Amino acid sequence: MTDIGAFQAETAPQEAGFGDYVQLLKPRVMSLVVFTALVGLLVAPVSLHPVEAFAAILFIALGAGASGALNMWWDADIDAVMRRTRNRPVPAGRVQGGEALAVGLALSGISIVMLGLATNLVAAGLLAFTIFFYAVVYSVWLKRSTPQNIVIGGAAGAFPPMIGWVAATGSLSVEACLMFALIFMWTPPHFWALALFMKEDYHNAGVPMLTVTHGRKSTRRHILAYTVLLAPVSVWAALTSIGGPLTLAVALGLNGWFLIGAARIWRRGETQAEADKYAVEKAFFRFSLLYLFLHFGAFLAEAALKPYGLGGW
Amino acid sequence: MALNPTHELHGRRFSRNLGVALCLAFFVALVFALTVVKVKRGDPMQGYDHTVRPEMVPGTGRAADPVTGGPTDGATGG
Repeated sequence: MTDIGAFQAETAPQEAGFGDYVQLLKPRVMSLVVFTALVGLLVAPVSLHPVEAFAAILFIALGAGASGALNMWWDADIDAVMRRTRNRPVPAGRVQGGEALAVGLALSGISIVMLGLATNLVAAGLLAFTIFFYAVVYSVWLKRSTPQNIVIGGAAGAFPPMIGWVAATGSLSVEACLMFALIFMWTPPHFWALALFMKEDYHNAGVPMLTVTHGRKSTRRHILAYTVLLAPVSVWAALTSIGGPLTLAVALGLNGWFLIGAARIWRRGETQAEADKYAVEKAFFRFSLLYLFLHFGAFLAEAALKPYGLGGW
Repeated sequence: MALNPTHELHGRRFSRNLGVALCLAFFVALVFALTVVKVKRGDPMQGYDHTVRPEMVPGTGRAADPVTGGPTDGATGG
């Protein structure tokens, strides 16, 4: 191989494509942010002009993506160890850490300023706080220091519907707080179920997940406890102005199913779980995604039915 | 080994440049659309000439003093 050939072979994998920068923004997380923020914005009693609404959702999503890039910059060392994350652009060497930091900071600034200009300063302030919370409070501070990282850090993922609501109305309300609380209480069982069947990853990376610090039996108890606490939040939200008979029915069904799943996880031991390759835990994790989608979908359906005199209380 | 002008490296670079260009074009279009929407609504544009109009004074339909911005006083002739 000539020098040029050697140079090409050495540098080609380091040259990032546009898709690598998109990956920095954690598009899968962004899709959840877009959906919940959109629901928060659409169920609000004040409606925005479609262009403003589109801009609001775009910049909320961009802010979430920016915090994802900052997280990837900070966590590159542990991402490289975990099987689930080792192909991310920074640990894989396709994007330099400094680039991820620059992208994260630039997009944070753009998203906050533009959300403020498109909607209002309260929404922009909440978005700024969300980015700070995820990038600094969760990624830098909590993730490596406490097994409650997921619980407190989950707040960052819970803010989007609240920001959507505030973007439309300009102020907070009990409904916005309940949408926040719903995602906040949903996050721990969702992630701990994942931690149960991705056990080696967190242990190898030295992340103090509950499974590592308190053991798996304790994690199973915690999943059940948070699932029990989630149910009243969900039902309360269904009884407010964003809910209605449909949302209440959906909430009761989803929580019933979720509680059964959590109870099954709580009753199982490790031997049983390993025997069926964590089938119950994996099913619970998959259902948790459906839970959030259907619950917020029900809020949206109520708002869509209201003009026809069908939705709401 | 001959230099290949269409090496994969060039493809990646092109995709990156094209992506950034499209994002910038989209951003410009979005800012333009937002500007049009906000200008058409017009409310915050009332004071563009530094003259306060009657409807800008809360709680009164009276004409506003062009200097102080408050409602004019009938006794002094404002």
